[in-house]
Amino acid sequence: MRRDLLTSLLAVVLMTVGLGLVYPLAITGIAQVVFPGSANGSKVSFEGRVVGSKLIGQEFKGRAFFHSRPSATEYSGNVTFFGNGGPNNVETRESIREKLAAYVKLEKPYYRSLTRAGVPVDAVTESASGVDPHISEANAGIQAHRIAAVRKLPLEQVEELISDHTDDRFLGVLGEPGVNVLQLNIALEEEAPLK
Amino acid sequence: MVQGWAQIAIFIVVLVALTKPVGVYMARVFTNQRVFLTPIVGPIERLAYRALRVRLDAEEQDWKAYARSLIVFSLLFWVALYLILRTQGIQPFNPEGFHSGPWDLSFNTTSSFITNTNWQYYGGETTLTYFAQMAGLAVQNFVSAAVGIAVLVALIRGIVARSGESIGNFWQDLVRILLYLLVPISIIGALFLVSQGVIQNLSSSTVVHTLGGGQQILAQGPVASQEVIKELGTNGGGFFNVNSAYPFENPTALTNFFELLLILVIPAGLTYTYGRMVGNQRQGWAIFAAMFVLFVAGVVVVYMAEQHGSPAQHAAGLHTAAFDGSTGGNMVGKEQRFGIANSALWSAVTTVTSCGAVNAAFESLTGLGGAVPFANLGFSEVIFGGVGAGLYSMLLYVLLAVFIGGLMVGRTPEYLGKKIGAREIKLVSLGVLFTPLVVLLSAGVASATELGKRSLYAGINPQGFSENLYAYLSQANNNGSAFAGYTGFIQPNAPGNHGAYGISFADLVGGVVMVGARFAPILFVLAVAGALAGKKVSPAGLGTMRTDNPTFVFLLIGVVILVGALTFFPALLLGPIAQSLSTRLF
Repeated sequence: MRRDLLTSLLAVVLMTVGLGLVYPLAITGIAQVVFPGSANGSKVSFEGRVVGSKLIGQEFKGRAFFHSRPSATEYSGNVTFFGNGGPNNVETRESIREKLAAYVKLEKPYYRSLTRAGVPVDAVTESASGVDPHISEANAGIQAHRIAAVRKLPLEQVEELISDHTDDRFLGVLGEPGVNVLQLNIALEEEAPLK
Repeated sequence: MVQGWAQIAIFIVVLVALTKPVGVYMARVFTNQRVFLTPIVGPIERLAYRALRVRLDAEEQDWKAYARSLIVFSLLFWVALYLILRTQGIQPFNPEGFHSGPWDLSFNTTSSFITNTNWQYYGGETTLTYFAQMAGLAVQNFVSAAVGIAVLVALIRGIVARSGESIGNFWQDLVRILLYLLVPISIIGALFLVSQGVIQNLSSSTVVHTLGGGQQILAQGPVASQEVIKELGTNGGGFFNVNSAYPFENPTALTNFFELLLILVIPAGLTYTYGRMVGNQRQGWAIFAAMFVLFVAGVVVVYMAEQHGSPAQHAAGLHTAAFDGSTGGNMVGKEQRFGIANSALWSAVTTVTSCGAVNAAFESLTGLGGAVPFANLGFSEVIFGGVGAGLYSMLLYVLLAVFIGGLMVGRTPEYLGKKIGAREIKLVSLGVLFTPLVVLLSAGVASATELGKRSLYAGINPQGFSENLYAYLSQANNNGSAFAGYTGFIQPNAPGNHGAYGISFADLVGGVVMVGARFAPILFVLAVAGALAGKKVSPAGLGTMRTDNPTFVFLLIGVVILVGALTFFPALLLGPIAQSLSTRLF
């Protein structure tokens, strides 16, 4: 028993130091040298100032930007939680119904043939992380009409920007394609800035 | 859906392909043979024994000595982790200046990480210092995983022992599992994850002025080093509150694929290790097959259910069919880069194993989709299961199946040449039934009393009942995934613990449930190992029931389903089944 206590005590100390300090700090050191960009959050800049991370979605309002997916956390990057909308909940239905109406109301003036049936699910459902950096290609394709009109760009040019900022499936197989909203909006600002 | 099925198929193919090489490697590690890492790790290993004052030559342990070392070790680590969580204010690596959370929450969290559960009432990025995450929680991700594997290895030694007392040495198992298995994979995996975008730094959170003219605060931290062992050790406790849904933990479809493999590679490989150590590869594959069938069945159900969409979506007038450029399906609480298929796959993988990390919100799964995690937990985490824990629990079911099969053919039950007597079957029954009993008792009390009500998010309805039942299923099975509305921690001023308090009932009951349902079965398993170790091996005869053919696989699956279904079916009716049979909203 005493042997067990002594060895346990030594093991607690040794493992806490080895696995809890040496290992993570060594990984941090290597990561900071070899992959400084991604180790520090894959930050992106616009006009010389950091405006966010390409991995973390943010809120866009108004008619001149592509909009991110709805968020339960107001796109918080430091207080994260799930929206927890249950599958049979009245609140979930009401939340989706409102978002659906708002989406159609915003986009239809620029895209006359849009109906509720044509709205992609990602556009009106809260993401898991609250900061989903992507929207679906269909969602971006619908919003493109509004962007083209507001920024006075040819639709083809907007669509080209969308495809430039679409993260495809890995090797064409894994995951779902997603349009990176922040990077797309930065590209828009660079190409056709609002006065 | 073809695309989705293809992704799931690729994952399964890669997993099956890895089972043998990983299994062979682990068998060599567990039997103290040379492996390719020996030239590098060997000196560190010898140094560790010297530092721990372990003399291997004189220290073969019987099951009681093995159990005593394990319990004393875990107990001391419990105290150490609790102290770390209670002293946050004086710790280094605390750029956000967090103080300690409430004591009852710390009790729950400590119990959670010591037991490989990683149930989280707290949110990592809003309550914990980097020191507590690294030197407290992540250490347990390694250690509790190694303990689980060690128990399995001891049980296997008991099964194969040619009459004797010894089932190995706990300290040697612990050290070798850490140094040859968990640490090397973690080092490589962590660096790979960083290269793909998982963060790894010690900075304070970054304030940015967003393109849209707002402000966003990006929490930082040493995430990758913790993320990798969180999956590899089937722990599941996220650095961030939303776990592997958060892009800084799981940024791309590739990292998602990699993390999924990390979760399953050891539990799957261990079946091969088992076959090799008992000297009959077919025994390992038979167990693998039983697990595999149940796993794939779960994946299929949850994918189809989620792709169909939820009643709430349909009632809102949303069309959930997939079309060009849109995944369709139930995207509430899911990420675009993963889509429906990878979220469904993850939900199945994380609940068949005792991982419990999530990349989508369980509370938002459809009724039927959510029933799959329920079922997986109801089967006591034996479908691959937690590292070590899954297979040692499954071996209890194997012995149970052998016993039932023996009764059916009217012969003395035998497994691998060893007669299964009354003592073994008593221990096996205790080991199998202990956890379900704890679940039903604790969930029953929490549902029936006012004390349990405060934790509910959905209120008094089938969803609320699901939250409650799932909370105790998850904690007792050391899984840690949650219908995340359920809570035991109120934090009005996040980030930070200012003004925060725990819900003592949920925290304390949960903590006790986790510890009890982890260590009681471990003791039963080690006792079985000890009982089997002393038995003589009798040669197989014509009448011996075979345990390596499809008939036995079928019997084993039947026993697993029978025990799980008989225990939990009435409770499941009130929650997920009521929800999935109804299009009603409440």
